[in-house]
Amino acid sequence: MSLIAADIQRVARLARLHIEPDEALHYAAQLSGILDHFATMTVIDTTAVTPLAHAIEVVSGSTRPDVVTEDDHRTELQTGAPQVEAGYYLVPRVLE
Amino acid sequence: MDAGFPETLWAQAQGLRSGAYSSVELTAHYLARIARLDPQFNAYITVCPDRARAQAVAADATRARGESGILTGIPYANKDIFCTRGVLTTCGSRMLANWAAPYDATVVARLGDAGMVMLGKTNMDEFAMGSSNETSYFGAVRNPWDTSRVPGGSSGGSAAAVAARLAPVATGSDTGGSIRQPAALCGISGLKPTYGRVSRWGMIAFASSLDQGGPMALTAQDLALMFNAMAGADPRDATSIARPPEDFSAALERPLAGLRLGMPAEYWDAAADPALQAGLLAALENFRALGASVREVSLPHAAVSIPAYYVVACAEASSNLSRYDGVRFGHRCAAPQDLADLYSRSRAEGFGDEVKRRILMGTYALSAGYYDAWYRKAQQLRRLIQQDFTAAFAGVDLLIGPTTPTTAFALGSKFEDPLTMYLADVYTTGVNLAGLPALSVPGGFINSLPFGVQLIGNYFSEATLLQAAHQYQSTTNWHLQRPAMAA
Repeated sequence: MSLIAADIQRVARLARLHIEPDEALHYAAQLSGILDHFATMTVIDTTAVTPLAHAIEVVSGSTRPDVVTEDDHRTELQTGAPQVEAGYYLVPRVLE
Repeated sequence: MDAGFPETLWAQAQGLRSGAYSSVELTAHYLARIARLDPQFNAYITVCPDRARAQAVAADATRARGESGILTGIPYANKDIFCTRGVLTTCGSRMLANWAAPYDATVVARLGDAGMVMLGKTNMDEFAMGSSNETSYFGAVRNPWDTSRVPGGSSGGSAAAVAARLAPVATGSDTGGSIRQPAALCGISGLKPTYGRVSRWGMIAFASSLDQGGPMALTAQDLALMFNAMAGADPRDATSIARPPEDFSAALERPLAGLRLGMPAEYWDAAADPALQAGLLAALENFRALGASVREVSLPHAAVSIPAYYVVACAEASSNLSRYDGVRFGHRCAAPQDLADLYSRSRAEGFGDEVKRRILMGTYALSAGYYDAWYRKAQQLRRLIQQDFTAAFAGVDLLIGPTTPTTAFALGSKFEDPLTMYLADVYTTGVNLAGLPALSVPGGFINSLPFGVQLIGNYFSEATLLQAAHQYQSTTNWHLQRPAMAA
């Protein structure tokens, strides 16, 4: 498993994470080493094994009905926003 | 303890009830200790003297009205992952360094309703990602037994606060060992409950299928008393489990005769530190003397719990942390050129190195072309790991083994090598993948540093875990030792 800086930059773009070129080299080396070690799990045959996504599948088997229970908390929730005007979040212009 | 206050929650509750002291006096005692001692440990990110005093006054008034419960007026330290209305909730990150939550987490509300007094918010690895508390934006926490060493993580501030007697009890959260590992390294007790027992509402998400809050304390008895208040169904958490209320302290005094303990062969590594092996065997003898029987069991897939855990946890983290976009809350970069620049630079500035590494690893494991080889594979191994535990519990009541492979390591010694740091979670991550309850209790000392004994139970067996731990603590005194620096 060998990742190069370009792989890291591709993943960083997907994650919307700005990475400097020297950081990409640093992460490529580190993640390659980690994934090499993790490759031990690929030798186990799991062909017939159903994936387990969540402990709740085993613990209780279900979650509660997914219904809206909260009122509108916009004003409170926006108190922590970096920039708000008239109830809207302000961001840089998207369309010219 | 100095000033005539006992150290455990249980003993403090007796003193409050008898009128030996008030909650205001007990709270002032802890606030004074924090001011005097915490600069050398860095266990707290935020201390809340005014809020704590007000809660203590209210608790004393509740008691005067004859409406108090066992937790009324007891101070506690709150891991900075639990949202607290009007108080900074940073999750150990620059991203949330100035963020005050607009609401209380369910855990915070429940402890408040029980009359507990929040002393402050404790330091932690950034977004709970770490096993040493060195990834915190607010600086590393230092182990009260040796301040050149780590306290463990990610609930390192909570563990250090309890060990240094800067709080009688604390909250923690455990995604891959983050309650049990720092409890072991700081010589205290910590319980990771069955997944779904404790509401995750208002507990900042790291890996949602693994995250579980729990108590940290000096004794198993204190864990039980605090867990009574923390546990319970919450309609606000879709994964919260509705079960009849249970008194987790009811069975503590019951003898252990007939208890069947299993030693997972994979956890009793012949190559491990001989001193740790000797300490664990001594603990096993204590349990035998208490009437437990012991037999060997096997968890055949234990060796792949680390890769399976890190792939699942990082994948979920990369998704959960996408909410930090510089728009709705948290850090925003200066002078963004456009929306893409706003997102990517705010995130680059707001997150530390370990969080970025995990976002990258998780995004990679979920990306097109790699999903089946990494994420799906990890989920399949998760099934096998879960089935291993179920098979083991067919013949025994609890599993026993080490919490960690070593005692507390030196600050900085593993920080530059993330893989070595991850491998330290070898005995704790399987429990989270399966959703099982487990606890760590102090088992002794190696070169003056504490180590932990881990007990793992089947689903919903917290009462048995706490009973076993309490009985063990009734015949040992490791849990009563205090660091010299906590004088």
